[in-house]
Amino acid sequence: MESQVLYSSFSGRPKHLDPARSYSSNEYTFIGQIYEPPLQYHYLKRPYQLEPLGAVEMPKVTYLDQQGDPLPKDASIEQIVYSLYEITLREGVQYQPHPAFSPVDEVLLDRMEQLSDFPQPGSRTLTADDYIYQIKRLAHPAIHSPIFGLMTEYIVGLQGLRDQLKEARKESPEQWLDLRKFPLEGVERVDEQTYRIKIKGKYPQFLYWLAMPFFAPMPWEVEQFYERPQLKQKNITLDWYPVGTGPFMLTVNNPNRKMVLERNPNYHADFYPNEGEATDQAQGLLEDAGQPIPFLDRIEFSLEKETIPYWNKFLQGYYDASGISSDSFDQAVQLSGSGEAQLTPEMEQQGMRLQTSVSTSIYYMGFNMADPVVGGTSERARKLRQAISIVVDYEEYISIFANGRGIPAQGPLPAGIFGHQAGEAGINPTVYRWQQGKPVRRSIDEAKALLVDAGYPNGRDAESGKPLTLYFDVTASGPDDKARMDWYRKQFEKIDLQLVIRNTDYNRFQDKMLNGSAQIFLWGWNADYPDPENFLFLLYGPNAKMEKNGENAANYSNPEFDRLFEQMKNMENSPERQQVIHQIMAILQDDAPWLWGFHPKNFGLYHRWYRNTKPNLMANNTLKYARLDPVERNKMRKEWNDPVLWPLWGGGLLMMALVVPAWLGIRRKERQSLRVEVK
Amino acid sequence: MLNYILRRILYAIPILVGVNLITFFLFFVVNTPDDMARMQLGMKHVTPEAIDNWKQERGYDRPLFWNDAAAGAGQATETLLYSESTKLFRFDFGVADDGRDIGGDIRERMGPSLAIAVPTFILGLMANITFALLMVFFRATYLELSGVVLTVVLMSISGLFYIIGGQFVVGKLMHLVPISGYESGLDAFRFVLLPVAIGVISGIGSGVRWYRTIFLEEMGKDYVRTARAKGLPEGRVLFHHVLRNAMIPILTGAVVVLPLLFMGSLITESFFGIPGLGSYTIEAINAQDFAIVRAMVFLGAVLYIIGLLLTDLSYTLVDPRVRLS
Repeated sequence: MESQVLYSSFSGRPKHLDPARSYSSNEYTFIGQIYEPPLQYHYLKRPYQLEPLGAVEMPKVTYLDQQGDPLPKDASIEQIVYSLYEITLREGVQYQPHPAFSPVDEVLLDRMEQLSDFPQPGSRTLTADDYIYQIKRLAHPAIHSPIFGLMTEYIVGLQGLRDQLKEARKESPEQWLDLRKFPLEGVERVDEQTYRIKIKGKYPQFLYWLAMPFFAPMPWEVEQFYERPQLKQKNITLDWYPVGTGPFMLTVNNPNRKMVLERNPNYHADFYPNEGEATDQAQGLLEDAGQPIPFLDRIEFSLEKETIPYWNKFLQGYYDASGISSDSFDQAVQLSGSGEAQLTPEMEQQGMRLQTSVSTSIYYMGFNMADPVVGGTSERARKLRQAISIVVDYEEYISIFANGRGIPAQGPLPAGIFGHQAGEAGINPTVYRWQQGKPVRRSIDEAKALLVDAGYPNGRDAESGKPLTLYFDVTASGPDDKARMDWYRKQFEKIDLQLVIRNTDYNRFQDKMLNGSAQIFLWGWNADYPDPENFLFLLYGPNAKMEKNGENAANYSNPEFDRLFEQMKNMENSPERQQVIHQIMAILQDDAPWLWGFHPKNFGLYHRWYRNTKPNLMANNTLKYARLDPVERNKMRKEWNDPVLWPLWGGGLLMMALVVPAWLGIRRKERQSLRVEVK
Repeated sequence: MLNYILRRILYAIPILVGVNLITFFLFFVVNTPDDMARMQLGMKHVTPEAIDNWKQERGYDRPLFWNDAAAGAGQATETLLYSESTKLFRFDFGVADDGRDIGGDIRERMGPSLAIAVPTFILGLMANITFALLMVFFRATYLELSGVVLTVVLMSISGLFYIIGGQFVVGKLMHLVPISGYESGLDAFRFVLLPVAIGVISGIGSGVRWYRTIFLEEMGKDYVRTARAKGLPEGRVLFHHVLRNAMIPILTGAVVVLPLLFMGSLITESFFGIPGLGSYTIEAINAQDFAIVRAMVFLGAVLYIIGLLLTDLSYTLVDPRVRLS
């Protein structure tokens, strides 16, 4: 049987493949297939649902009081001082073959140019200690884990461990720190297969973090192995050569050209899901139910920096899947009469499959709530913000600048996140009204009326008579940005407001945001996990960017919102939680600290031989479910790429036609001069 | 000659110090270590402590130019300027933001860059000189007029058009070579064929016009008339005498770029997925990895100086009247 090789690409070299440090989607493409945290997202079920991966079952959560005594499940939030997560692991899970698990001949080390040069890679069984070791690595000062700051708020003793490690590094900066020797109060080993994590207070969202590579196991031997200076000099580091228990292992790691994942021969028993959404059966997504996974033998990622060559190679069948850039959008997709995206006849003829999904992200325009003109809680500023919210027409924006690939946002929560409400109940009444079964943007006249109420009739300050000028701080340096900025300016002009674009580089923009001197800005957020808390905390007062360097870029502060947010974040998904979120939405939509912008829509194209694809925006380890038909692919590649030689012959003849007269001309000229000499 | 070379090398030192100062100013003063830390640590959950920690780990927490806390010479040497500059002059480029050794990456990427740049340069030079000589040979005929029009058309088209058009026609429509990508060893041939061909064709317009001007200027000189008077065939006059006498301006343009071939081509490498130094620089600029950009700027300056020195030396080879002293 022909081996299953998936061909994919990467556009920029990943910066970090260390699970304690990596935090971007292009890096998760690799390490998501290699490292296995305790939990994962179910591949097919929606809304997104967690299930065990490294763990044998979902963690047992116990709430504790100040003395560490257990509390009942329904204890109030005030009573809960700690939460204890007990995680029991699968038995008999083995690491991928790796030289770190075999004795290393230090004499031969200088001759090793790459990992494959090491003889006889070994393996060993996964233990709870490996998970504990990784949690300690989050506090390592040299690793710069991006979630260290956040986790110190939850994991007991993490900050203390960082201080100890800092001291230890001062004494011997170059020496490897064996983290097994440094205790971490909040993590406890129960036995070989079980460990506990103690976190401060109640934080139900912690389970989602347990599905991210930050909490994947790390054997101490691996860290020690890579600390050898001889390996570091050759760029052989843990940050570049991951070691895990997952379905694949990285066997070729040349970020300058190609990266290859191959099937891990030690991978534990794992099976394709037996159940999914109602439509999955009809779409053939359950045909492989119960089959052992992974199906793929090898995944080749080639460096492909530009979208045009990538797209052409995809059409030739040399890549198995592709996104759709704006350059090729019209070639690939057309909109039906009802606005539905569908493939063009050319793509359909090639047997392509189009899959779309609304991403769990938001791009918004924020008002700096600390600004004296647009910010604050005064009626005047609120109405000004509401008027602007109406006139900036995001339906038009999505149509012009995103090829229709987006959904205008009614609030911060995208579809698929608990708390999002579709239909009339979910619309933003400040900006829309519900007419004929759909939301319709309020009129410019209504915006102008709000502006009059705000004290700016015809865009002028009623008291001073001066035109109101607003400032838009952006980092717009791309070729398309001028048109975009002009568009924004025109939106404001609809109600006679002058918008001045203040274009700066990224770092100056960050400074402005930190010191609160920006007035109106663009920002975005991509969810870490599918919980409303992960969006609404962006508006929580204590998270203000200006004073606390938090994620609340608008510096929004509303005591009632903060109170409801604190209540909501600790609740389980329930009608009561939905009710609280509804109240939160009403406050936000009325205060309008953001123009809610839009949620981008992802478009993916797949060749007919690529099976079991379903967009899962939360899971990082989806390649183990993918299946291919390599015979079909080879057949189509041959059919589509038959060399066309006649232009070469034509070109040759043309060259002859040019060269022959030239050659004859030379000969004639030479003879002419000879004749002159004879005379 | 040895004295001349030594003197030129000594002259190069202040130039390189200047380059180093400008790049240091751009990458450490205009763009502070705090800015770099924020770029590298990402958008999410970046705390002031994380920024301080990042700077401390890289030694970027030291003063830029003067260290009041240090004593004696340490006030000047325990600074970012001193440590970063001395490292550059030792060709110790340090590590990139992703922790990879920059020197190692440069050595690895030099090969693919040369695989494109050297054949493009040699074939381009040969094609340009040949076509220019032919145009001079056929001067004042319809062939020269057509050649001039063609070269103007060729040089008026954007380089990017040649790349995208070439990929579309040769790779996508005719299926003759891969559209992009790279393999090492002999497999590299089918991947470099198209970028080299496009590199040569896109340079023909301006190249031929430049060399034609040089040759036309030579054609008016006395030795050409003498050669003709001796009865030499026009082809021999052109390809032997005129070409040899035009070597100085040709060398001026050609030898100076020789060392820079190592630096690769920014756009060609990006579009063809060639893992060379050109795409390395572009990637570093996009990722704001200033350690790489600084290293490449410094390396570019060194190679340019070497190129100028080689040009001067090559004059003595082609023109016995030139003596370096």
